Amino acid sequence: MARNPARNFSIKRLPGFATIAMLSFFILYLPIATLVVYAFNAGTSIAAWEGLSLRWFLSAWQNQQVIDASIRSLQIASVAAIIATACATLAALATTRTTPYRGLTFKYSLLNSPLLVPEIVTAVALLILFSRIKVWTGYSGLGYLIAAHSAFCVPFAYLPIRARLENMDLSLERAAADLYATPFKTFRYVTLPLLWPGILAGLMLAFVISLDDVVITEFVKSGGQDTLPTYMLGQLRRVVTPEMNAISTVFLMLSLAIVTVFFFISRNPQKDDP
Amino acid sequence: MSVTPAELGETIRRKDIRSRWLLSAPAMLLIGAASAGPLLIVVLYSFLAPGSYGDVKWAFSTDGWFNVFLSRDIFDDTVSLADAHFSIFWRSVRIALATTALCLLLGFPTAYFIATRPQHSRSLWLFVITIPFWTNMLIRAFAIQEVIRTEGLVNTLLMKLGLVSAPIQMLFTDFAILLGMTYVHLPLMVLPLYASLEKLDFRLVEAAYDLYASRFNVLMKVIVPLVKPGLIAGSILVFIPALSSYVIPRVLGGGKNLMVGNLIELQFGQGRNWPLGAALSVTLVAIVLVALLFYVRNVGKTGGGAHG
Repeated sequence: MARNPARNFSIKRLPGFATIAMLSFFILYLPIATLVVYAFNAGTSIAAWEGLSLRWFLSAWQNQQVIDASIRSLQIASVAAIIATACATLAALATTRTTPYRGLTFKYSLLNSPLLVPEIVTAVALLILFSRIKVWTGYSGLGYLIAAHSAFCVPFAYLPIRARLENMDLSLERAAADLYATPFKTFRYVTLPLLWPGILAGLMLAFVISLDDVVITEFVKSGGQDTLPTYMLGQLRRVVTPEMNAISTVFLMLSLAIVTVFFFISRNPQKDDP
Repeated sequence: MSVTPAELGETIRRKDIRSRWLLSAPAMLLIGAASAGPLLIVVLYSFLAPGSYGDVKWAFSTDGWFNVFLSRDIFDDTVSLADAHFSIFWRSVRIALATTALCLLLGFPTAYFIATRPQHSRSLWLFVITIPFWTNMLIRAFAIQEVIRTEGLVNTLLMKLGLVSAPIQMLFTDFAILLGMTYVHLPLMVLPLYASLEKLDFRLVEAAYDLYASRFNVLMKVIVPLVKPGLIAGSILVFIPALSSYVIPRVLGGGKNLMVGNLIELQFGQGRNWPLGAALSVTLVAIVLVALLFYVRNVGKTGGGAHG
C-alpha cells in the first residue's frame, strides 16, 4: 500500500461504514440464530422459551411425511446434480479456451437463461408443458421434477467449471497430443484430473440449488411428490410448532456442510497445484 | 492435389467448431426442453381462450392480453383500465425498488468493509456473507416470520423494554415483505460491489485527500464513480429476483399483499384463467428484459465487476 506512515490518517476509513457492515451481518444472522435456538425449545410454542430439549428433533424424525419428503429431496437433488454437472462440464469444454465463433454468444445466453428468467414464469411454463405430457403418456413419476431441476442447475454447475477451465493452460493438452495421445486419452488423463476440483464444486452447487428449490417444484410436482421445501411451505399455513425449526436446523446444517466444503475446494485454485 | 497450410488450418478449425457444438448439445437440449423452450408455450397460451376448469380451449383469443391491462364491467360492458393488475404491478415495482435501495444502503458499506480487510481474511468475510445466500429461501422467510411475529423476538424485546404497550403487527404487512426481501437479496448486492471495490485503486483516493477533498466528496466523487459497474450489477441482480418474488410475499405477506408472482399463480390456481396468467408472465419477462437491457448498455461494454 502506498501509505505515508508519518501521517496518522487512514485513507481507507469511511466513518460509519464498519458499523453498517456489522449491522448487515447482524441482520443476516439474527433470524437464523433465533430459528436454530428455538428448535431446542421444550415447549410447544415457537415464541416462549421453556427449557432445553431435543423432543422436536425426535418428533421430526418420527414424522413419516418429513422422512419421505427428505428422501425424495435427496434423490432428486443427487440425480439432477449429476445430470446437470455432466452437461455443464461438456458445455464448459465447448465454450472456453477458443477464439469467438458463430453461435458462442447464443450458447452463453442459453446456458445462463435459467438465471435470468423469473422462476415463477419457468414454473408456470413447465406446469403447462408437463401437464400435457402427463395426459399424453400417462407417466407421472419423479422424472418431471428431475428434468426441471437438472435444467435450472446447469448454469450453477457451469460457472465454477468454466472458471477453472479458463485458468488452465492448453499447453499440457497440446503436449499430450504431440505424444500421440488420442483426444479421449488426453481428456481422460490430462484435462479431467486438472478440471476435477471445478467439477466437484459445480456438483455441490447444483446439489444445494436443487435441494433448495421451492417455486418450480411446487408447480411441477404431482400429488404425493412433496419435497422437503414444498412440505414446509404447506405446513407454514397451519399453526407452526418447533418441529419446523428442528427440520429447518437439520436442513441448514446440511447446506452449511456442503457450502463449507465447496468454499475450501474452490478458493485459490492456483495455490492448490504443486 | 496439395493442401495449403491455410486450408488445413481452416479444416481443423471447422472440425473444432463442430465438436464444440456436439459437446454443448446435451446442456442446450436440456435447457431448451425444460427451461427456456417452454417459455414459447407460455407466449402461445397467452393468445388462447380459457377453459372452464383451468387449462385452455384451442381457439385464438386476445382476451388474456386484454385482461392484463383492461377490465370489462360484467353488467354494462364498459371498458376501464384494470386497476387491480396495475396496482399489483406498480406495488411490485415499488417494493423491488425499495428493496434495491435498502440493499444498496446496507450492502455498499458492507462490501467496502470487506474489501478493506487484509487480503487473507477477505475470503472468510465473503464466505460469511454467502452462507445465508445458500440456505433455503423458505427457511429464511420462516426465520424472519419468527423474529417479527406478534409474540416474536422483536415484539417481546420492545414490550420488556417498555417501549410499546401492545405488540406491533409487523407480520403480513408490506414492511414484512420489504424486510424479508432485503434480508434474502443482500448477498446479491454485496458480491458484485465487492468485486468492483476490491479492484479500487486507493492511490486515487489518496490523491483526492491530498487535494483537500472531504471524506464525503471522496466517497461521492471518487469511489462511487469508480465502482459504478458494480453498483449497477448489484442493483440489477437484486431488482430482478425481487420483482418476481413469489415465496417471500406468500409467506410474509399473508396472502393479502400480492405481488406479480402471486398474481400469476392465482390465475393458474383458483382464478382458472391460464391465458391471463400466461399474458401476465410474458409481461413480467418483458419488464425483466428491459432491466437487463439497461444493465447491458451501462455495464456490459465496460465489463468490470459484473461477476454475480
